[in-house]
Amino acid sequence: MDSIVNPTNIPAVHTTSISDVVKDRSDVVSRENRSTVGETIVEDPRISCLDVNVYYGEKPAIRQVGLEIARNQVIAMIGPSGCGKSSFLRCLNRMNDTIPACQVTGKILMDGQDINGKGIDTVLLRAEVGMVFQKPNPFPKSIWENVAFGPRIHGLAQTKKELDEIVEKSLIQAGLWDEVKDRLNQPGTGLSGGQQQRLCIARAIAVNPEVILMDEPCSALDPIATAKIEELIDKLRLDYTICVVTHSMQQAARISQRTAFFHLGDLIEVGETKQIFTKPLHHLTEDYITGRFG
Amino acid sequence: MNKHETTNKTIPTARSKTKDIVRQSLKKRYNRERRFKWHGQAAIAVALLLLLILFFSISGKGYTAFQQTMMSLDVYLDPEILDPEGSRDPAVLARGDYGGIVKATMRRMFPEVTGRQDKRALYALVSSGASFMLHDKVMENPALVGQRVSVWVPADDEVDMLMKGHVSRDVSEADRRLSDQQLVWIDQLVTEGRIQKQFNTAFFTAGDSRDPELSGIRGALTGSLITLVITLMLSFPVGVATAVYLEEFAPRNRWTDVIEVNINNLAAVPSIVFGLLGLAVFINFLGFPRSAPLVGGLVLTLMTLPTIIIASRAALKSVPPSIREAALGVGASPMQTILFHVLPLAMPGMLTGTIIGMAQALGETAPLLMIGMVAFIVDVPSGIYDPSTALPVQIFLWADSPERAFVERTSAAIMVLLAFLISMNAVSVFLRKRFERRW
Ligand SMILES: Nc1ncnc2c1ncn2[C@@H]1O[C@H](COP(=O)(O)OP(=O)(O)OP(=O)(O)O)[C@@H](O)[C@H]1O
Ligand SMILES: [Mg+2]
Repeated sequence: MDSIVNPTNIPAVHTTSISDVVKDRSDVVSRENRSTVGETIVEDPRISCLDVNVYYGEKPAIRQVGLEIARNQVIAMIGPSGCGKSSFLRCLNRMNDTIPACQVTGKILMDGQDINGKGIDTVLLRAEVGMVFQKPNPFPKSIWENVAFGPRIHGLAQTKKELDEIVEKSLIQAGLWDEVKDRLNQPGTGLSGGQQQRLCIARAIAVNPEVILMDEPCSALDPIATAKIEELIDKLRLDYTICVVTHSMQQAARISQRTAFFHLGDLIEVGETKQIFTKPLHHLTEDYITGRFG
Repeated sequence: MNKHETTNKTIPTARSKTKDIVRQSLKKRYNRERRFKWHGQAAIAVALLLLLILFFSISGKGYTAFQQTMMSLDVYLDPEILDPEGSRDPAVLARGDYGGIVKATMRRMFPEVTGRQDKRALYALVSSGASFMLHDKVMENPALVGQRVSVWVPADDEVDMLMKGHVSRDVSEADRRLSDQQLVWIDQLVTEGRIQKQFNTAFFTAGDSRDPELSGIRGALTGSLITLVITLMLSFPVGVATAVYLEEFAPRNRWTDVIEVNINNLAAVPSIVFGLLGLAVFINFLGFPRSAPLVGGLVLTLMTLPTIIIASRAALKSVPPSIREAALGVGASPMQTILFHVLPLAMPGMLTGTIIGMAQALGETAPLLMIGMVAFIVDVPSGIYDPSTALPVQIFLWADSPERAFVERTSAAIMVLLAFLISMNAVSVFLRKRFERRW
């Protein structure tokens, strides 16, 4: 596993297997406590969320989430299925606006500016905060069109040649170039599930966003493609801020610096990835990472 | 299986149990499937049968209208009659008595006919259109005056019907429109080779006429075409724009609900009501001319809009939301999302709705009656303000006419209408394929 990626920043995690977590610690927070434990505050936050709630109709999907996301870091979001990870992620580029029944309350500041504020343009926000969706959703157009769409509407390339270069670079970064370079004008919907997922990643990074939200970007990928994406994430981290939702705790351990654990709509614990996977503060976190549920 | 169960006393495993249950119901399931398929096939067979019956009965009655009995005349364009002064002035030539020339020609062919009644019966064999044909010929080439020319002119519709076998000679003379004497003349002309059935060009080049042998559908076809073009140009953009706004931009509130309910209701309003509305608004209030394709197009637009809007909204709704999310996710504006991604995917459905609306509009008669497109109009319309009729109205008018010869023309006009419809559908299928080929 170590040979696949070599993240320089989290050496400890690799030597600690999840099952090694100390059991029967007396200092853990009990399962009944639903408020967030751990370090929600960071020094130089890129994004800070305060009391964020998401409702679908009357039903709350996440409650009172307070979380800060640091610059040039990867934050992993883990938690059992249906706990609200996607719902939270979609708040960060206001994707929830597109669901009529969905309502978001609370404050989300990006570089100190409220993204739900009056003067905020969603087009600008989403060009800055790119997203890879949970379900691969390529446009029913050619592979080239899929990647070129973003840069073209934002005017990132002056000529067709520049656009071609962006397309190629993005596809190489997403690890898809070798498979599709001979059929760029074939429909993106004709690719396999994993290829579509990488196409969507290429499409998101082609716009060159500063924050990238990835909702289970590797759920349909084989270990080699996963390694490529993880490598990409690790590289992108140097310039960008990245939030990754993942169901693989190994992946969270490999790629992230911080981890947030969600459970039934509540943010249970946030902290350094290393600490979360070795000394979780909350009993639920411990249960989850040791595989007792979820 | 049985042996296995008796020898092995343990409880059957879940796996084999499922298998047995499935096997038992398998036959029933397949039977149900087969029955369902039969129902579908039977329904299609019935539909096809009815379509064939319709098609054969109409074309069986109508195909004869594509031929017309013509009569060959050796005409002497007598200068004494046409231009007694010898000036060859076109104005004088235009006023010439061409009817007289036709009559003289007929008299020359049957010199033995003398009585007044008999002469009139003789003249009746030729269509009144013959004199117009001669007039046109002379106006085209005045040098023909004083010469003998051989021309084919249409025979009267009664002769036409006789030649096509639509009227019988066996009934008593009192029950026929043609007298025994006329039958003798006709037989003589046939043996001389002067009566022949030819392709009925007049049917495609002429407007309406009181004389069946001179009437054509060109006027009605042109009227329908202009009306439909107006309808399409107004209803497609307006309908699509409305659907896009309601589906993609409009907030969900009481007003949009009211609008939605009203659009759905409008689709069910009897078309004649739109005709009344058109009469009141476009003709009486706005003062547009009566019987004009412009007003017809406007009225049919009102009628077609709900259909197009409803179909377009359904098409927009069927575009998966993930496509919208994908486009919005890379920072496309709502307009870009719709233009680049949603509309192309919805276009086939929108075109289908439009073609259904257009087909409805093409066959619509009632609202056109209200705005005066039912008038008897001989000229082929050349603009949106010219008085005109439309194909279905023409069919209605001909079906109402007492002359036997209009019966076949009615069927022929229906055939033309159906051909129009089929070619319209073909165009839409072609367009849809093109849009779909882009995926
Ligand atoms: N569009 C929606 N309408 C109504 N309820 C929704 C909608 N999307 C999500 N929910 C509900 O919100 C809750 C959180 O869903 P969310 O998709 O955020 O979970 P998740 O943590 O991403 O789960 P998974 O790991 O399975 O993707 C769920 O209970 C879900 O039923
Ligand atoms: Mg999710």
